[in-house]
Amino acid sequence: MRVAVVTFPGSNCDRDLAVAFARATGRIPKRVWHADSELPSVDVVGLPGGFSYGDYLRCGAIAARSPIMRAVADFAARGGRVLGICNGFQILTEAGLLPGALIGNRDRRFVSRWVELDVTHPDSDFTRAGKAGQRLRVPIAHHDGNYTADAETLARLEGDGRVAFRYVDNPNGSAHDIAGILSAGGNVLGLMPHPERAIDKALGGTDGSVVFRSLVEALA
Amino acid sequence: MKVKITVSLRTGVLDPAAETIHRSMGQLGFEAVTSVVQRRVFEVDIAKSDRDAVLAEAHAMADKLLANPVIETFTVDLVE
Repeated sequence: MRVAVVTFPGSNCDRDLAVAFARATGRIPKRVWHADSELPSVDVVGLPGGFSYGDYLRCGAIAARSPIMRAVADFAARGGRVLGICNGFQILTEAGLLPGALIGNRDRRFVSRWVELDVTHPDSDFTRAGKAGQRLRVPIAHHDGNYTADAETLARLEGDGRVAFRYVDNPNGSAHDIAGILSAGGNVLGLMPHPERAIDKALGGTDGSVVFRSLVEALA
Repeated sequence: MKVKITVSLRTGVLDPAAETIHRSMGQLGFEAVTSVVQRRVFEVDIAKSDRDAVLAEAHAMADKLLANPVIETFTVDLVE
């Protein structure tokens, strides 16, 4: 499995994401700069967390319109797997690759702590390495993680089984306790929690590795 | 020509900032305030002289960048 990790100005989880992919695949991911207009030949593209462009305008808004995102949109349209974490999730919604939007947390506070997630779609390319009914313990760290969408969109996401992860104890006000969603084709996942920060016992847990191992299984 | 683009949250979208400002007004004794709406205003100079072309360009940039249609609406006004 070949992976590219995109770095935007203000990304700060790009290295962690590359390490998580490297551990799961045994190969060092390619690193791509936001101003590049082409992706290398890969199977998976990772959009990391951080504060791209200083969160100017709206979180992820400027990054979503950077040159590399046109290539990422083409890649996703061809069925390429795209994983957007935290700011990466915000970028995917701003780019229209995932529906809805991420607005300020309900309590208007930055929330940084470990949370439990229900894997609500255990068969996806991003979750299949987990066990049925498994709960994942992973960290969150965000100010704008409150997932919102109109009633019709939420009904469609639920009806099509596209809610990948749900918070057990909703930390930010997200509609339907949504922590992560899949695209209609199931090849794009955006989630606010940080699985790449939960891949080593020394850092508090390894549950996050399920996401990376799942991709390896799916693409084997 | 100069245009003013005003971006507002759609009705029903949570705005904790406006709610916090409202609460603070109450604490300062402005108890008659019944609601607060916070909007974002962009003043944009466009080096074109045709009114319709300027308005069309302003609409396009609001649509593509300045507003997120999922949560926001916008209005465009010619300033001069």
